[in-house]
Amino acid sequence: MTTQLFGQPIKRNEDPRLLTGQALFTDDVKLPDMLYAAFVRSDFAHARILSIDVSGALEMPGVVAVYTAEDLGAYWQPGPLLVPPPPVPDLVFNPRMQVPLAKDKVRHVGEPIAVVVAESRYQAEDAAEQVFVEFDPLPAIVELEDALLEDAPLIHEDLDANLNAHVVQHKGDYAQAAAQARLIVKRRFLYDRGIAAAMENRGVVAAWDARAERLTMWDTTQAPVVIRNGIAAMLGLSEMQVRVIAPFIGGGFGPKIMMFYPEEVLMPWISMRLNRPVKWIEDRQENFFATTQERGQIHESEIAVAEDGRVLGVKDVFLHDAGAYAPYGLTVALNSQCTLLGQYDVPHYHTEFRSVFTNKPIVTPYRGAGRQHGVFVMERLLDLAAKELGMDRVEIRRRNLISPEKFPYNNEIIYQDFAPLVYDSGNYGPALDKALELIGYRRFIDEEQPRLRAEGRYVGLGLVTYVEGTGIGPYEGAKVTVETSGRVSVASGIGTQGQGHFTSFAQIVADQLGVGVGDVRLVTGDTAEFYWGAGTFASRGAVVAGNAINAAALAVRKKILQKASEELEIDQEDLELADGAVRVKGVPASAIKLGDLAARANPTRGAVKPGTEPGLEATDYFGPERGATASGVHAMIVEVDPETMLIDIRRYVVVHDCGRVINPMILEGQIHGGVAQGIGNAFYEQLVWDKNGQLLNASFMDYLLPTADVMPVIETDHMETPSPLNPLGIKGAGEAGAIPVGPLFAQALEDALSPLGVEILEIPLSPNRLFELVNDA
Amino acid sequence: MKPAPFQYFAPVTVDDALALLAEHGYDAKLLAGGQSLVPTMNFRLSQPGVLVDLNKIADLAYIRADSDGTLRIGAMTRQSTVERDPLTARHAPLLAEAMPHIAHRQIRNRGTIGGSLAHADPAAELPAIMVTLNARFVIQGAGRRREVAARDFFQALFMTDLAPDEILTEIIIPPMPPGSGWAMDEIARRHGDYALVGAAALVTMPEGDLCADATLTFLSVGETPVVATLACAYLCGARIDDACIAEAARMAGQEDMDPPGDIHASVAYRRKLAQVLARRVLTRAFQRAKDGVV
Ligand SMILES: Cc1cc2nc3c(=O)[nH]c(=O)nc-3n(C[C@H](O)[C@H](O)[C@H](O)COP(=O)(O)OP(=O)(O)OC[C@H]3O[C@@H](n4cnc5c(N)ncnc54)[C@H](O)[C@@H]3O)c2cc1C
Repeated sequence: MTTQLFGQPIKRNEDPRLLTGQALFTDDVKLPDMLYAAFVRSDFAHARILSIDVSGALEMPGVVAVYTAEDLGAYWQPGPLLVPPPPVPDLVFNPRMQVPLAKDKVRHVGEPIAVVVAESRYQAEDAAEQVFVEFDPLPAIVELEDALLEDAPLIHEDLDANLNAHVVQHKGDYAQAAAQARLIVKRRFLYDRGIAAAMENRGVVAAWDARAERLTMWDTTQAPVVIRNGIAAMLGLSEMQVRVIAPFIGGGFGPKIMMFYPEEVLMPWISMRLNRPVKWIEDRQENFFATTQERGQIHESEIAVAEDGRVLGVKDVFLHDAGAYAPYGLTVALNSQCTLLGQYDVPHYHTEFRSVFTNKPIVTPYRGAGRQHGVFVMERLLDLAAKELGMDRVEIRRRNLISPEKFPYNNEIIYQDFAPLVYDSGNYGPALDKALELIGYRRFIDEEQPRLRAEGRYVGLGLVTYVEGTGIGPYEGAKVTVETSGRVSVASGIGTQGQGHFTSFAQIVADQLGVGVGDVRLVTGDTAEFYWGAGTFASRGAVVAGNAINAAALAVRKKILQKASEELEIDQEDLELADGAVRVKGVPASAIKLGDLAARANPTRGAVKPGTEPGLEATDYFGPERGATASGVHAMIVEVDPETMLIDIRRYVVVHDCGRVINPMILEGQIHGGVAQGIGNAFYEQLVWDKNGQLLNASFMDYLLPTADVMPVIETDHMETPSPLNPLGIKGAGEAGAIPVGPLFAQALEDALSPLGVEILEIPLSPNRLFELVNDA
Repeated sequence: MKPAPFQYFAPVTVDDALALLAEHGYDAKLLAGGQSLVPTMNFRLSQPGVLVDLNKIADLAYIRADSDGTLRIGAMTRQSTVERDPLTARHAPLLAEAMPHIAHRQIRNRGTIGGSLAHADPAAELPAIMVTLNARFVIQGAGRRREVAARDFFQALFMTDLAPDEILTEIIIPPMPPGSGWAMDEIARRHGDYALVGAAALVTMPEGDLCADATLTFLSVGETPVVATLACAYLCGARIDDACIAEAARMAGQEDMDPPGDIHASVAYRRKLAQVLARRVLTRAFQRAKDGVV
């Protein structure tokens, strides 16, 4: 290798296509004869369906068909359980999955009841207004704590309670910790989250070709391969008859890894039935109900600490809102449970949750995926304990950090990959020091804050730490091919939603093969290009697909060296790959261009040695033994206007460790985006439901996303503690920015307002909420 | 989020537009910048059968000043034009100060001054500004023309004095008396959001620190712009100092309004914001009056 591209802030290969509007998104797909679908959705959060009358809609101009659950026959099936429960003893688990169209009952506002197919979306929506559904409204479960009340209405009547799951896990024995503690701090915490609000909503185009007996589906999914397999099975087709293309996608963030959404299951069926292509594009209003969300947890938590601030144990019992159905198993609640202990060496941990059904849209992972909730509880408990012990908040953290020699560190409880949670590697102290230095901790606490307070200004500092389990299995694969043009094509099944895969994966390949990043062309998210894969989620793309691509590229590299060594009659050790050629070290003139070598490896006449594979191509896979644990520290300084409670973020610092960095610019983008979503969660975004389960702010007028003017400048720095679990030493980075922002806000705002004596035990906050807290203090 | 079907007309004169309104009655809606109407149509909250588009009527977009300083603005003048026109800054500096608070530039490029006033959103800036400035509106119906004071125009939530067959054609802003001071401010969660609370003040203090006249108006605290009557009465004739302003602000927030609570701001928080804003805008307005800017 001449110049290493791995680690360089290379401009993104995909940007010209994106910036000039050339990239294909699902809504760009326009096919001859295409039909358009619109859904009739429930106005009620909980109701029996007494009757559905579609006759008026069928008379409307342009309408081709209207379907209800009855019309689907045997195709009407609840969706699959996407993630089975972990092997935890005495686990209670009652999975209930969404259905394509509601049959007897609706369980949340926006649940689809009928689908209208027409020559235009306008006509489909006009006709949808003419479908008349007679409801018998039932009382709705909106508040988490109401779900398990004795006389609560049952959302799934075949269950005897609205209990989705009950999971208890232990590390050590918390009672022992509590008995030895100098101090026990107990609090009740609320942590609510909202919608991912991807720039591109969901969308599906399905086109059945009766002559070829093939179904093509464009789908904004994060998991095209799994969708192909599932849809083929449901429709009774072979997998080879179904091609799923997840083209460019305007943001995934998790809700697009939820699979077999009603719309996703119905479009292919409709297309086969009508023998015409059909398109459904989710609009922004639908997105508030039809796409999965994250939402609230209520934690009753306590921390047992020794005189010197050592944490002896933590006990946490929480309720988790699953929504009306729970197709994604326990991932979100399990992440809360497993991420709570964070960077701290805690010997005793009792953790227990009840996941409950409510009459609200489905909850599945959204960037951070429950980790936020856990990190919030732990970081707040530490702040409160420090305060009671009269100890500096950084000091209590430092005393409890897992020390570097303790890795791999076993947290014992079972993680979302069904194995005990083991942190592969980490080096937490230096990252903390770096963050303290960057934010100017001592100077702020000792000098600036006292001076500002004397001026009557309310300025506070926050500093929190977190870990992020990333890069879980099962596996990804890739095919790397050197073309006769000398260009390299890479195909992977993983799918991409803006993460910069076209560049960071190209950097890996370019290093292995000695070509330019621009010479590497990635195709991903098209099942016709690569058969196998799981998908882009859980901060796993770079770790799992990145290493699979590296393995495939390495195999091609070996083929190149072997072929070149035969052609040039020279030892492999004396060859090097650079500038798109393989050449003799020290004799750059004796070189073969990779394209020429590829042509020679694919002769059109004559005999080759038996067993020879044509071309310079290899396919390989990578599956990590378990997830890699990334970590970081966020710190900020914020000023609060004590009259209006408006805030001004003056500094925002992120020190982050995701192992070896492929492209620091792309990584920075990931962190910025995550922090933006974290700030939204902490201070702007909140889904507000009334007691009937109606969402009161289902538009961007009232659901406040953070805009450019509320975003601070983010100062980042990196540590590199390589993961021993993969050859490239990388850890995921997709969710890091978003995870610790809630507790950061709570701590910093509490600090700023400390002369007024507030305690913050909830997220999201808002100026209005701060005003109430200050008034109640 | 597609609108229900509608018929579309684009007349080029006010008379033609009025004729269309007369013909279609309640079924017709005027389309100005579309920045409020089109979203409600896309949500299907409003389903007019007929749209009468005013955008082709060139006669309705202008800003003119009479020799006495009276400002006349055509209803179809874009908000961004009002914002940038030097006549606005010269003759109605309070209006100029308020304009950047309205939504985002892209929206102001389409949205019209008349559309905002006719829409009468209680959280909109322009209605409160027009009330503060004592503006008058010209309204035309088939074969008739009338003027109505801004104070009488706004009747209830999204309800104005306009009949379904009338068009708001012109906004008339009288000149400010000598010794005037003004200020406008608001609290919004993000730049461009509708305000949680906004306040506008126009005061006259021709000599010394004796207040001759004061108008203090709020937005987002009631169904229409809310004039702080008690606070204004308290200020008129008063000697202005910080304590006096603070008391007027307290009266405004506590006694002059009965604000609603919603998911963004409780009643108590709105009262507090109103009080804070009242103090801020009154302080600035009296300072300007004292500095003799006008
Ligand atoms: C994201 C967003 C944020 C916004 N934020 C703000 C904000 O902070 N503050 C604010 O004040 N506004 C805000 N607006 C509204 C914006 O200012 C609109 O431009 C304004 O309310 C309506 O003006 P328009 O010209 O677009 O009217 P249209 O939407 O075309 O019409 C509005 C109504 O007025 C009627 N109408 C229009 N013109 C006339 C006329 N000449 N005579 C009689 N009736 C007429 C129409 O029939 C319709 O009922 C926001 C809008 C958006 C989309």
